[in-house]
Amino acid sequence: MCPELAVRISLEERRKHFLDSMKQYKGRVVICAGTGCVANGSLDVYARFQEVIQEKGLKVAVTLKKEKADFIISESGCQGFCQMGPLVTIYPQGILYTKVKAEDVEEIVEKTLLSGELIERLLYHSPDDHKASADTKHIPFYEKQQRTVLKLCGNIDAQDIDEYIANEGYMMAQKAFHTLSPEEVCELILRSGLRGRGGAGFPTGRKWEATRLQQNDVKYIICNGDEGDPGAFMDRCVMEGNPHSVLEGMIIAARAVGATEGFVYVRTEYPLAVERLKVAIDDARKAGVLGKNIFGSGQSFDIHVMEGAGAFVCGEETALIASMEGKRGMPTPKPPFPAEAGLFGKPTVINNVETLASIPIIMQMGPEEYAAYGTSTSKGTKTFALTGHVANTGLIEVPFGATLREIVQGIGGGVTNDDGSLCGADFKAVQIGGPSGGCLTREHLDMPLDYEHLANVGAMVGSGGLVVMNNQTCMVSIARFFMQFTQNESCGKCVPCREGTKQMLALLDDILEGRATGETLDLLEELAQAVKIGSLCGLGKTAPNPVLSTLRYFREEYNAHVFDKRCPVGRCTALLDFAIEAAKCKSCSLCAKKCPVEAISGEKGQPYRIDTEKCIRCGVCADSCKFGAISRG
Amino acid sequence: MLKVQRATIDNNEVLIEGERNLLELIRKANIDLPTFCYHSEISVYGACRMCMVEVEGRGIVPACSTPAVNGMVVHTNTRQIRNMRKLIVELMLANHDQNCTTCPKSGECRLQKIACQLGVDKVRFKQAEKLAPKDLSSDAIVRDPNKCVQCGDCVRVCQEIQSVGVLDFAHRGAHAKVIPSFDKGLGEVECVNCGQCVKVCPVGALTPKHQINEVWEAIHDKNKVVAVQIAPAVRVALGEYFGYKSGTTITGQTVTALRMMGFNHIYDTCFAADFTVIEEGNEFLSRFEKNERLPQFTSCCPAWVKFAEQYYPDMLTNLSSCKSPQQMFGALCKDMLAKELRIPRENLVVVSIMPCTAKKFEANREEFRVNGNKDVDYVLTSQELALMIKESGIKFDRLEPGSFDLPFGFKTGAGVIFGSSGGVSEAVLRYAADTAGKGSITEFSHLRSDGDIIIETVTIGDIKLRLAIVSGLGKARQLIDKIRRGEEHFDLVEVMACSGGCVNGGGQPVAESKTTVQTRAKSLYDNDKMLQFHNSKDNPYLQKIYNEDLSRPKAHQLLHTHYSNRKRISGEDFILSSKSGQKKLTLTVCFGTSCFLRGAPELYSQLTEYVKRSGLEEETEFKVSFCREKCEKGPVLLINDEVIERCTIDKAIKGIEEALQNMPRQAAEEASAAKESTKA
Amino acid sequence: MVKSIAAKFDRACAILDKYERNPHKLIPILQEMQAEYKYLPEEIMTFISVALGVSPSTVYGVATFYAHFTLEPKGKYVIKVCDGTACHVKESEGILKALEKELGLNKENKTTKDMLFTLETVACLGACGLAPVVVINDKVHGLMTPEKTLALLNDIKKEALSHVS
Repeated sequence: MCPELAVRISLEERRKHFLDSMKQYKGRVVICAGTGCVANGSLDVYARFQEVIQEKGLKVAVTLKKEKADFIISESGCQGFCQMGPLVTIYPQGILYTKVKAEDVEEIVEKTLLSGELIERLLYHSPDDHKASADTKHIPFYEKQQRTVLKLCGNIDAQDIDEYIANEGYMMAQKAFHTLSPEEVCELILRSGLRGRGGAGFPTGRKWEATRLQQNDVKYIICNGDEGDPGAFMDRCVMEGNPHSVLEGMIIAARAVGATEGFVYVRTEYPLAVERLKVAIDDARKAGVLGKNIFGSGQSFDIHVMEGAGAFVCGEETALIASMEGKRGMPTPKPPFPAEAGLFGKPTVINNVETLASIPIIMQMGPEEYAAYGTSTSKGTKTFALTGHVANTGLIEVPFGATLREIVQGIGGGVTNDDGSLCGADFKAVQIGGPSGGCLTREHLDMPLDYEHLANVGAMVGSGGLVVMNNQTCMVSIARFFMQFTQNESCGKCVPCREGTKQMLALLDDILEGRATGETLDLLEELAQAVKIGSLCGLGKTAPNPVLSTLRYFREEYNAHVFDKRCPVGRCTALLDFAIEAAKCKSCSLCAKKCPVEAISGEKGQPYRIDTEKCIRCGVCADSCKFGAISRG
Repeated sequence: MLKVQRATIDNNEVLIEGERNLLELIRKANIDLPTFCYHSEISVYGACRMCMVEVEGRGIVPACSTPAVNGMVVHTNTRQIRNMRKLIVELMLANHDQNCTTCPKSGECRLQKIACQLGVDKVRFKQAEKLAPKDLSSDAIVRDPNKCVQCGDCVRVCQEIQSVGVLDFAHRGAHAKVIPSFDKGLGEVECVNCGQCVKVCPVGALTPKHQINEVWEAIHDKNKVVAVQIAPAVRVALGEYFGYKSGTTITGQTVTALRMMGFNHIYDTCFAADFTVIEEGNEFLSRFEKNERLPQFTSCCPAWVKFAEQYYPDMLTNLSSCKSPQQMFGALCKDMLAKELRIPRENLVVVSIMPCTAKKFEANREEFRVNGNKDVDYVLTSQELALMIKESGIKFDRLEPGSFDLPFGFKTGAGVIFGSSGGVSEAVLRYAADTAGKGSITEFSHLRSDGDIIIETVTIGDIKLRLAIVSGLGKARQLIDKIRRGEEHFDLVEVMACSGGCVNGGGQPVAESKTTVQTRAKSLYDNDKMLQFHNSKDNPYLQKIYNEDLSRPKAHQLLHTHYSNRKRISGEDFILSSKSGQKKLTLTVCFGTSCFLRGAPELYSQLTEYVKRSGLEEETEFKVSFCREKCEKGPVLLINDEVIERCTIDKAIKGIEEALQNMPRQAAEEASAAKESTKA
Repeated sequence: MVKSIAAKFDRACAILDKYERNPHKLIPILQEMQAEYKYLPEEIMTFISVALGVSPSTVYGVATFYAHFTLEPKGKYVIKVCDGTACHVKESEGILKALEKELGLNKENKTTKDMLFTLETVACLGACGLAPVVVINDKVHGLMTPEKTLALLNDIKKEALSHVS
């Protein structure tokens, strides 16, 4: 039997064998083991399930198909609905229980697993009408999404290659090697319209084609899993929840460009992703889809995992390459592009996790069907991390062209107050694309989200963090927050970024602390423009975006800080004036005692007073007053 | 036929003729685009962003990292670009100690020049407040972190050209800075003091360590006699500070200026170089005859010597034992002139004027002192001499040439060409050819190098010599590695740390282009031609001294030196020496940084000596360890399992003897135990 | 004592050998060294530099570039307060301030004198759904408040004390 056939048969056989052995179980419990759910105790729930089922004298399997058992329990990757975790899904019915605690497990086993009853209290209840939904199909959070890349993520056992194979896994890699030429693979991806999901949106097919055309015996595929954008965790969920899809994408890329070796560069903050990828790579090697002479093609391709060491700038491809070569992650000028001279000077494809995970799906669907999703220039679907002041935080996926209204109101379930209750009002802004992106406001509620529309309004898709901010948010502070971030994360190589971000931060501090004048604002804007065009790499070029975009949409808020020395939402303590309302003051002297700088004085029977010269605006007095006599304004 | 390629730059058509990037093309088009981080000899860094230009259809791009392409239409001075350039300078200034008037680089600082050129009249940004302390730890170079603009030129020159890598970026973002490892001083790390970083630094962050004040003090001191020597490479470069074209020889004017400033005796280092030629030539002939310790490496360059001590301790025996001309001069002068003047050695101050920062380090080496008194007291770079001349108000270009004092002011052309790469070899060969009786050959012009490695087989009569001439320590490293691997064999190797030799030294005026360095070298060879003698042995004063004042032992004492291992730790070989045979003794020397500084290397070499002497070699295993536990009690030595803190060689010997005394008993016990077990 | 020094050194060698003394593997080497020694002592970095044939300044440059590396020993419990966007808009700063006050730490001083606690901020742990997030020795605690965090801290202190006694 030729080796080519061996792999083919083994993939098919493994698939059949898996599906057959699944039939023996009466039911399956899938417990979400994404970071969110784990933090909420899903591993305790998992352990308790095992215990309880065994206590009932039944057999429970934890590894599919190896043991004879009545039930099977498995962990899944992130299911997205982090707010409601820990999430437990019971098959065959597909019942979704939310906020499950270890104490609930016994009841679930008895009622649902053994008798098929629903436990009303653990079902998801809509916050509007309190109606319960038994499965994901009827929960707005899931109903309005188009889960493509995330489809298997959260459904399958990430650590079981057979389950991946049973879901058509590695069939597309096999197809790429058996029935398509490298050129055809590039062409197929180009036709799908897939653009890089890491930020800039460069057409993936063109990147591959450029690398394919390079004459070199050694070429590399790098999967960029250095998801550093604070407020984004899509890639983490894909790597944790469906690592094989990433590997398959890389194998197909290797076919397309003729690569010999691949690397997954993962943030060190994602230890679980590292662990799961390593297991997945090991299993893939054993299955023969990685290693020497894969699919009998004569081509060898293996993948290694490299952990980052904590530098946001390493998301930039040339910095990432420097980091992989053991250097400081400082970007280098392009040209040369990685496609010509990348890792160790060899032609290199660098794609982001989501991009690579999309590849097998595109091949399954066919490029035309995939391209049917999305808008004319931005094809397919995009994952977003929906966070901030929104009812349903979590991981979502929608076709390009979805609107903020659909996302925030529909999937997200509306904007919340600081305490988490629904506030009923619209958001003030949505920050998209993290520190490189910009903010969107109510005027963009119905704008289709895609690369071009976002670029036009001064934002970018970025890696896909969507942070919803309510009316209580000070936009100048938000701009400062991002500037602080980029200043810390700048590699310090080029002058505009190293010095420019530092000075922008200083100017923002002047504004927030009441030292600014009209000139400060002009200088800030001039500097932001210069940093944008003058910086060496993407980090610097996009660093001013949060400032420019808040200046564009919230100029009046800046003006209030600068000219009226007032923060419209009362968040900037340096601009607050504390005063004691004489009528309400009971002269209890508590505020005077709490004041750290002895700025409050008074006598019994008389209302107390604050010395504004001494006051450092810490707000302790206002917090301590039992009679609400101290106002901030 | 090749199609002619052109680009349009600021409305002018320019031919593209293989320029490496758009920046070079723009400069060819007579536009002086400002840059901080671009140097044609080192890699493109792309960080200063001063060379941003607008290319139609492509937007604003950095010229240094953009290839010039046929049909490109380039604008270098649009409003946007002009504003951005000014803003970048403003940003740099905000992070720069702007006490320009007191900066040693004032007047030659590129930041100052560009700010002025672009019309930056104010800095609107917040000024960096706290000043970091200057690094004064090095004998040769002062590092002022407050002046650094982080162009990385020094980092790349030290790493790429010199392969030393003393400086690198540390930290990141706004905290990023260029520092030696662990934020130590330059004097505490592997810096070889070559000063190439000083040469490329566009601002006052790296400057030669000045000894101007000390020299003035000596001149003013009535009890002191001050003798000065001038190195060959200085005379063809100093003029550049006074408006002369590069390569103009101003030896005579320099002598006059020195006399006006109050130096008592004005001599020429070339005279000592003639001694070097004789000594090194004889050493070479003797080694060549015996075919031992070949190749012989030259030893005139102190940066190279330190480099060899650090990275090639195993090859130190191959270095010529000759002192450099500077130190030969110092030793001879302090010995002979002091006697002649009947003054104590301490009252004779020897100053040297060098193209080099490493010479400052060399003059401070312990080997070059007699009872603590240095052979060369102060070393001034060309730059410092220019400053002193200017301070004295001397109109240098109006001076009548003066002449050197005798005898140390008389030289042959062979001594003069020491200042250029290939010169030492040529001078030695002239002498060797003549001495070996193969006729006098006056020129070996194919050995003259402007920075490239030269490998030649020279035939003198029936002798064939294989020579290598290398300048730049990175190239030297490549060559030596080949020699070590046995891929190359040479008889004589000349190494100069600076590319092109001393004419391009770290203490010279900053050379904007390679041609400047080439003209300086050419002038040295012209000087050689103009002189009466071309072979060092023809120097009559030298012959006289050899005949009258120098016995062989004395010559050896004054003119030769030794080298020591500066290798800090050994990565590959933790077990340093392990001969076959029964191990009775394991000696582990801690080479942690603290122990190292407290004398672990010395202890180690003394120990190896002792072990050899006592015939314990077969039974001893040497190990090197690292620790971080007893740093304040270093150096630490382990004798088998016994720890000896604050170890000296005496303590160590005592410990070893004790260990050996216990040993036979132990061994006997073990042996009997073994017997017992075999019986059982 | 003597043995332990030797053993430590041997482990450093083993790590270097594992990566075939390949300078391109500097980052994973530093990561493993840090896992071994809990921080990166100067001697170890010098040693790495010699073993890999790169200059110490380069090793130092790399070690100081990445946030994950620490040149100072850390406390037994490393508390990381997430300051990602999602955590930030949900007032993670209040948690940080409460911890700084409780532990007497600040931006310059990150480790308590008794070497029990190290307080750091981290730029997003990717657990934004649970913002604000605090991580103590790799265990993620979601939806935190200053009060909850201080309570957690007290539990740890008690546990640490009981270990001592």
